Formats: sequence, C-alpha cells, structure tokens
Amino acid sequence: MKLDSKIPEGHISEKWTNHKNHLKLVAPNNRPKIDVIVVGTGLAGASAAASLGEMGYNVKSFCFQDSPRRAHSIAAQGGINAAKNYQNDGDSIYRLFYDTIKGGDYRAREANVHRLAEVSGNIIDQCVAQGVPFARDYGGMLDNRSFGGTQVQRTFYAAGQTGQQLLLGAYSALSRQIGQGNVQQFNRHEMLDIVKVDGKARGIIARNLVTGEIERHSAHAVIIASGGYGNVYFLSTNAMGSNVSAGWKIHKKGALFANPCYVQIHPTCIPVHGTNQSKLTLMSESLRNSGRIWVPKKKEDAEAIRAGKLKPTQIAEEDRDYYLERRYPAFGNLVPRDVASRAAKERCDAGYGIEANDTNEGVYLDFSSEITSKGKQAALVAGDHNPSEAKILELGKKWIEEKYGNLFQMYEKITAENPYETPMKIYPAVHYTMGGVWVDYNLQSTIPGCFVAGEANFSDHGANRLGASALMQGLADGYFVLPYTVSDYLANEIRTGKISTQSAEFDEAEKAVRAQIDKFLNNNGTKSVDHFHKKLGHIMWNKVGMGRNAQGLAEAVKEIDALRAEFHRDVYVPGKADEMNPELEKALRVADFMELGQLMAMDALQRNESCGGHFREEYQDAEGETLRDDENFKFVGAWEYNGEDINKEILNKEDLNYEFIKIAARNYK
Amino acid sequence: MATKYININLKVWRQKDAKAKGQMESYKLDKVSTDSSFLEMLDQLNEQLVNERKEPVAFDHDCREGICGMCSLYINGRAHGPDRFITTCQLHMRSFKDGETIFIEPWRSKAFPVIKDLVVDRSSFDRIQQAGGFVSVNTSGNTIDANATPINKADADRAFEAAACIGCGACVASCKNGSAMLFVGAKVSQYALLPQGKVEAHDRVLNMVRQMDEEGFGNCTNTGACEIECPKGISLENIARMNREYLKASLS
Amino acid sequence: MANSAFLKSSLAKKYWMALTGLFLCLFLIGHLLGNLQLLSTEKYGAALRFNQYAHFMTTNPAVKVLSWLTYISILFHAIDGFWLTVQNRKARPVGYVKNSPSANTTWASRNMALLGSLILLFIVTHMASFWGRMHFDKNMPLYKVEIEAMGQKQSFYQLVNGQFVPVEQVAMSLVEAREKHMPKYIHNKTELFDTNAKIQIGELYKDLYKITVDFFKQPTYGLLYVILYVISMAVLAFHLSHGLASSFQSIGMSHPKYSPFIDKFGLVFSIVVSVLFAILPVYIYFVL
Repeated sequence: MKLDSKIPEGHISEKWTNHKNHLKLVAPNNRPKIDVIVVGTGLAGASAAASLGEMGYNVKSFCFQDSPRRAHSIAAQGGINAAKNYQNDGDSIYRLFYDTIKGGDYRAREANVHRLAEVSGNIIDQCVAQGVPFARDYGGMLDNRSFGGTQVQRTFYAAGQTGQQLLLGAYSALSRQIGQGNVQQFNRHEMLDIVKVDGKARGIIARNLVTGEIERHSAHAVIIASGGYGNVYFLSTNAMGSNVSAGWKIHKKGALFANPCYVQIHPTCIPVHGTNQSKLTLMSESLRNSGRIWVPKKKEDAEAIRAGKLKPTQIAEEDRDYYLERRYPAFGNLVPRDVASRAAKERCDAGYGIEANDTNEGVYLDFSSEITSKGKQAALVAGDHNPSEAKILELGKKWIEEKYGNLFQMYEKITAENPYETPMKIYPAVHYTMGGVWVDYNLQSTIPGCFVAGEANFSDHGANRLGASALMQGLADGYFVLPYTVSDYLANEIRTGKISTQSAEFDEAEKAVRAQIDKFLNNNGTKSVDHFHKKLGHIMWNKVGMGRNAQGLAEAVKEIDALRAEFHRDVYVPGKADEMNPELEKALRVADFMELGQLMAMDALQRNESCGGHFREEYQDAEGETLRDDENFKFVGAWEYNGEDINKEILNKEDLNYEFIKIAARNYK
Repeated sequence: MATKYININLKVWRQKDAKAKGQMESYKLDKVSTDSSFLEMLDQLNEQLVNERKEPVAFDHDCREGICGMCSLYINGRAHGPDRFITTCQLHMRSFKDGETIFIEPWRSKAFPVIKDLVVDRSSFDRIQQAGGFVSVNTSGNTIDANATPINKADADRAFEAAACIGCGACVASCKNGSAMLFVGAKVSQYALLPQGKVEAHDRVLNMVRQMDEEGFGNCTNTGACEIECPKGISLENIARMNREYLKASLS
Repeated sequence: MANSAFLKSSLAKKYWMALTGLFLCLFLIGHLLGNLQLLSTEKYGAALRFNQYAHFMTTNPAVKVLSWLTYISILFHAIDGFWLTVQNRKARPVGYVKNSPSANTTWASRNMALLGSLILLFIVTHMASFWGRMHFDKNMPLYKVEIEAMGQKQSFYQLVNGQFVPVEQVAMSLVEAREKHMPKYIHNKTELFDTNAKIQIGELYKDLYKITVDFFKQPTYGLLYVILYVISMAVLAFHLSHGLASSFQSIGMSHPKYSPFIDKFGLVFSIVVSVLFAILPVYIYFVL
C-alpha cells in the first residue's frame, strides 16, 4: 500500500497555517445534516465532540464508562506542555518542537510535531477560558514546572491532577453541547466494529453494555479516540477498561497500525506487590523535580534492605548511587522516561534492586534533600536565619505537601509507608503507547472518513513521548486539528443525505459481532478471561518489555499465537448476551489484545535498532545507550491486516524526512 | 511490609437487573492478601465464582487509582469503606481483620437506580452538569491570553479544591437525605470563584439547582456526612457558597 | 421564573427553615430573659417581675407583632420541616442493610425531624398550660400581694401603675360591686373600674407566676411535669446544637475563619439556653 502522509508543502512554520487556509469548509446550514460519530470521551474525543457539536454537526459520542468524565485522561497527573515562555527561560515553539522530536528519538513526523507545538499555547488559553483551575503563583499568574527531557519550565499543572482538570474542562464543553442537543451521548456503550460502505467509514456497531443490545449507528465520518493499548501487558497504569478494540477493529477493516512496538514504560510507578494485583499506580513524573533516584552502592546493602535488616534511611550518603545523576549530569533525574526506566532496570538486573518482591525490582525516589533545601528556603523567607533541624524538616515537609500532597497521600494509602519519612519505592511500568493507528497529516486513517486522534493514533511522539505531552496532543487533536480536517472531508458529503443502517454492510457487521459474542458465551471452556490476560501480560512484559532481543521476540510471537488459540478454545465466559456482562466485555477486549500483542512482538522483531521506548539489547553502545539505525529504520512501520493469521500482516513503510531538524544521537549527558 | 493473608466473609447485594428484586448473599473468601486493594479482593471473589461456574458480581470500576470516580460501593455501612479521603479502589484489605464479615451494597438513591448487583446509574450527575456546569466559551482557541487575567492565588486554589470532585456520588450515598448538594455546590463554587465563571453565575446556579431537584435528590440538612465521606475532602463551604449564589441569583 | 424557583426549590426550603429557625432562636432569648425573672430573690420580686413580663408580652403592640411572627415561624418551620422530611425519605426508597451513620454525623443532625416533632409537642402542651390560660382562662387569677400591717395580713392587688388596692375593695363585676357596695370592680378580666364613675382607674396583672408555680408544685403530677420539662429542654438543646450553626450554613454564611466560631457559638447557645430554661421548674419544685 502506498502511504500518503499528505504533509503540506512549505516551510515548517507555515505548513499548518497554509494548509488550514486551503481546507474545504462546510457551510453552517449544511452542518446539521451531517452526522459524526466520536468513539471515546478522553481529552481528544471529548474535545473533538464538543468542537464539532459546537460547529453545528450532528454528533454522537460514545464511551464505555458510565459518564464521559471518567475517560482515563482523567488520571494524568503531572501537567501539560505549552510553549508560552511565561518563565522567560528561552522557550519557544521551535524549542518545544525540537524537544519533542528529540525526545521521540527522531521517529516522529516533523510537520505533525510542529503543528502540535504551534497550537500548544492556544490550548492553555482555551482551558483557562473554560475555567480550568491551573496552579498560579502569588501574583495571580500561571505557574510552571519542569518535566523530563527539557531544560525549560513549560509544564502547566493543577496539583497532581492536571489530567482531571483538563478532562473536566473538555467534559464541561461537551456537556454544554449535549445540553444544547448538538451532541447525543451514549454512555456504557462499546464500539465493536466499524461499518464501511463503498470503502468509506459509514458507521459503527456498538453494544449497549447495560442491556446487551447490539446497536447500529450511521454517520458521515467516524472519529476514533479510544486511547492506548497498554493493557496488552495486563498490568499497566491504564484503567481496567482501557482497551484497543476500536482501533483494532478498524485495523482489521483496513486501517494500518503503526509502530505497535513503541511502548512507554514509565519510570516512577509503585512496584508490583502480588499475584492478585490488577493494575499499577503511577507516581507523577513531576516528582522527579524534587526527588532523587538512587539504589545502594553496595550489593550487600541492597540485600540487607530486601531482607528487612536495613532501612534506606540508614544508608549513608556516600553509599548511595544516584545513578541518573551519575550517568546523565546535564539532565540528572529529569532525563526522558525511557532513559530513566532503562537505567532502573539496569541497576535491578545487576542486583541492586531494593523491593522485597519476587523480582527484587524497585529503586528509591528520595525527597530528603529537597525537604531540607526547601525547608531552609522557607525559613529564610519567614525571617528565620538560624532555623533548627526540626524546623527545617517541618517547613520542608509542608512545602512538599503543598506541591505533591495528593501523590504522597496516594502512595501511603497503597503501600502503608510514609514517604515524608522514608523514600518512595518505585519501578517502571507500562504507561503509554506511542504506536497506534496510522494517520496522515489530517489525522485520517487509511479508511476514508475514519479519523483517529489522541493516544489511539501514532503521530506525534515518535518512539518515546515526553512527559506532559499526551494531554497537549489529545487536546490539540480534538480542539484545533480535527474540526478543520474533518470538515474538509465532510465538505464532499453535503449531498449524501442520511445514511441508512438498513444495508447489507450493516447487516454483515452486526452478524459478525453477534457471532463472536455467541462463540464466547457457548465456548464452555474452563478458564477465566483474566487467566489468559495475565498470561499474555507475562509474555509481553518479559519478552516485549523494557529490554527486547531477537530470540525473545521470536519466542513471544509463537507463544502468543499459541496462547491465542488456547484462549479461543478454553476460555469460559459466564452470563448471557442480553444483559450487563462484564466478563463478556473483557473477553471481547482480550481477544483483540492477543492479536495486537503478537503484532507488537513482530514489529519489535523487525525493528533492528534501539530507539526511544523500543530497546533491543543487541543494539546498544558501550554505556548501554540506545543505538539507532537511521539508515535502515528511519521509517514508520505501518502494518496492514491480512487475514486471521497475524503472522501474515504486511509491513508498509512511511519514510521520515527531517528537513528542519538535524538528526543526531540523543544525548542527555 | 510483609504480606499477610486473611479469610473473610462477604455479604454482597445481588440484583439481576434494574427491575429484579435484589437480596444480600453470603460468600466466603480465603487467603486474601492484605496488600490487595478492595477491588482486587472482589476480582478474587469473581475469579472464584467463575471457577465455580457462578455468575460474578458486577461492580463499577475503571482507573483504580482514585481519580475516575467510577468505583462506588457502600462498605460496612460507609461510602468507599472505613478510611477517609480514599475511593474504594484505594481501600486496602489491611483495613480489615481476619474472619471479619464485610457488607457490600450499592449506592442507594432514587436518582441512582441500581442497574445490576452493585452497579448504579449516575447519569443524573451528567444531566446536572449539562444544565449549567460549564463556561459558555467556544472552543476556537481564539480567547484572550491565559495570563491576561490574573487570578488571586487563594481563589484559584479554592476553585481547584472544589474542582477536584470526581463525581463518584459518595456524597449522595452517605447523605441520609440522598442529597447531591456537595456535588452541585462544588461545581457551582469552582466557577463562582473564577472570573471566567462569574459572567453566567446566576443562570448557572439556577439551572443546576433546578435540574438537581428534578432528578429527585433529597435536600441538604447540613449533617456533614458528605464532607466526611468525600474521597477528595470537598468542603461543606461549597454548599454554603452555592446557597449564597442561589440566593443572590434569586433576588436579582 | 426566578421568583417561583425561589419559593419552590430545594434551596428555598432551606432558606425558610434557616430564617424561621434563627428567628425562633431570638424568641427563645426573649422568653428566657422573662422566665429568668422567676429567680429574683427580692421580696415579692420574682412574682411581680414575672407578671410584669407576662403583661408586657401580652399587651405591648410591638411585641404582639413579634409574637404573631413567632407563631407563624413555628408553623412554617414545622410544616417546611415536615415536607423536607417527606421529600428526603423519598430520595432514598431502598435503604441500606448495614449503615454506620454515626461514623460521619452527629446523632442530633440525623434526628432533627424527631427532635423537632418532640419540641412541637412540647410547645403545644406548654401553650395549653400557660399561654392558653393566660389568654383565655376566665378564672385566671390576678396578682395580689399579702402585706403585713399592724400585725394583720392584708391582701392587695398591685396595679400596673404600681399602686396597691386592697382586695376587699374590689368586686369581680359591676353587679357584685353594686350589691356589696364595693368602690371598685374588675371589668374585662384585668381592667379596674370605679363603681360610681364607671371609668377605668387602673389595670391589674394576671398572675401567671402563681399558675406557673402551682403547675410545677402540684402534689400528684408536679414532679412528673418537672421531669418532662427538663427532658424537653434536653431535646431543645440537641435540636439547637445542630440547628443554629446549620442555619448559618443554609443561608450561605460560611467562612473558614468565622464558621468554627459560629459552630462553637451554636453549641454554647444550645446548652446555655436549654440549661437555664430547665433550671426554672427544678428551682420551683425544690427551692420555692
């Protein structure tokens, strides 16, 4: 398949403006005649649905949760980037563009990323106008903090709940449109297939999760904004319901799936504690502003800690290995996520892990230095020039509490340890997926009329996403890109008229969905869905996780293939089709995870280089840093579905051209 | 933090669908890790039920880190269980004793009808939000610069504290009157405290309160249960602010 | 639109509840100040002052307006409360099997309707015993004092203007006065008339003091009444312990700086007022 990215001509800083000026429009009187379906109500979906509804299109919005406000964007903690340069530290659109391309290890499209940087400032303006309560300083101005992979302060935040506040902002805009009747909201609905008529996306089949009813919904365009696929790993920081089904279903109907192997393993999560664990909890990257990451220098100290004989606070300063500061003095604890994660794995693999679990995997995130320095600062500000040790600690803890209180509280609730007194224990966990449905510059997939936005697409983060950029991308896509590009597509649809759901295409799609559901319910196997999901996660984490190699990946492909067969043979799904049936929902999702998991391993296997979140052990330099192969792998790997056997998927390549950034080895030293 | 295991007895509300009559049913669950979250304990129960070819218990949950507001559950007579400032997904089994009997019920409110087992329909909250929980600004991005209007830090902080509401419905569930005033008060307050929200403050509070009343929520008698049970510690002050805003709006 | 919502909405009900409640708290202060006259230790002081207070309360035009407001407030507070309770019950058609409300609320705050109903019952009986007799009882005794002069006890009516009139000079009606040739007679319960001139020469006090003291000193039921009264005041204390501070919250008066003070004030007010009220029957029964 020939991939046309439709990147506009011209200088990078003019591409988007010129492109926008030449996109076709739909007149206001024609918009109510046109239906648009939006699947997912996270930042991208909610903002797209709200914007399109406000323009006057007839929007149908779907989410599997009981309210659009619960989409998993809500869990983003740290912040959102924008090139506002409010802190006067030399930030600019170009710098944000450059940092993002570099952070993505030169595997993202220049034009898309520049557009993202261009609209980033507008996002902040928009959100503030909507009443999003960002953190402010005492002068009443917006406050910023630093995030990994940057040397400026461009991250806007609302305590440790930035995603929540932004999503509630988008949700309020969406609610306004629902209230006005421009958007029809379908809660507790899951998209189970896309319907194509004459090659174009014309609707979806959705299951009402309360009644089990299979519904047909038609539209002139379908937008998929259903998030990422981190739950392939079973344990991740994603929500329990997060799934890839919408993206995977369109893949099976002709949309290419790009770079599935690019998975972000977030360095600061609470370590795994037991076999019944259902998910991993993230501790915001913003904590790396104040926390220092270390493990003991001596192996025997690490062993003693794991055995419970030593406490971290008993390890002397000179016996601690602040390995990020040691290896990356320029960025220190604020290196990008992939780098920080790998460094943690390196130390734990070498036997310095401090968590007393099955794998000994855990490192310390220590706030004691920050508590002391901020405590001293606060004492000085209060006019106390000779503060006592206790006073410093008290003031320092207060400062930390104001900045990160909810995160510290969350940590304590989960682990029953007080992070003000003892360092946090953290370890990397699957967090975000840079890969996703392939889209062109207009965010349109290879199915005409099917657009993909937010984490569900592949477009902006290359092989690694920088912190606080996911929120930026979701809102950029929904508020500032799709309204233009979708309208351009819809301009040709003003004469189409209402699309009937009584067609052979809808019949067929519905039949297939029903057949799959019946198959699961009558399977009469012996094991639960979770049993298989956990097994899949195990394979993925061990062989398609932070460190990958050709042998492991080849094994993973085979093992997943076999597991998938076993799953379909032996899974037991209780209950009926025409009722609320969470086990059935899980089965349908895991079926898609199995297929995608295999493709991820295949993608990782074909990419004989290390870049960003994709680390192939064969391709590293003497110091353990990633070795890219720009000559052979400077492309987007977009997979084309080719029948039930995933092994037969076809790899298409979109070459990446760097005209405006000089491609170089990523260096954070 | 050595892992301990406990055995527990569960009394769980089971109800086939919205129309069916439900009842409490008893289950015994052994070897529950005290490091498990409450929902992981329910996962374990469901795994056991599936293995016994029985129907698992339906309950709402999603993010499992206390922010999406999807999980609910009235545990031993309290919304989100015994601990303060957490949701059910953040409640851990170390809060329970070996051999303890734990009651698990759905939120109870006319405006939150039970859909199945422990799952309730909270779309009434959405409708309240749709009635006025927004600033009527278009999503064009062509607004004024974000820093054009300085906002007093104290106001911004209080607006944020009100906006921290996760819409879980614990306030309604724990209020003896099934009142939604903490939820509505928080939303009204967030906007009332910010200059952006002041423009349509009057219409907002009138419309949201009207919708709240139509949904069949009870009235506030200031018992304060909502504030105690709110996982985000939303203050009763927000209800007072709503009362004030409504009074102002009604008199003008 | 706004106006009709203001009358019907859930919030409006709260405002009315709060405003009537706050007004009734003011009334309680007035009532208590009057009742405290019972504790006066001057000779004849308690009775005179108490009856003066009763007279003031029943005749002063401003007070009359206030008392009508009080009656309306009581009614409105009760009816509004009743509707709120009905509505609130409806908001939760199916209750919890296991509920632990004491973990997050005070007993009083959960039982305002019960407490309020008990108070209403108390008000009704209380008004029947005192207010009703004061207003409607034809045999309402009039205030007299026994003064010893030259070794002889003599009864006098004390008039509102402070004069003393010997009881034997006063007939209960014009007819009786003429029959018995008495210079003065009582007309219209408390007006003192001159028999010859048929003009009013003064006004007598109704002896609410005697009614009150007799009520609690009844040989058979007196102690029971004292106990019931004290219990009623405990009920009032609980009702106010939640209600007063709650009223401020309902009308939107809440502030991180001042609300803790209002909360404390509410609690102190409820205890002090109720205890002071409750002391009186105890004092009457055991001390007088």
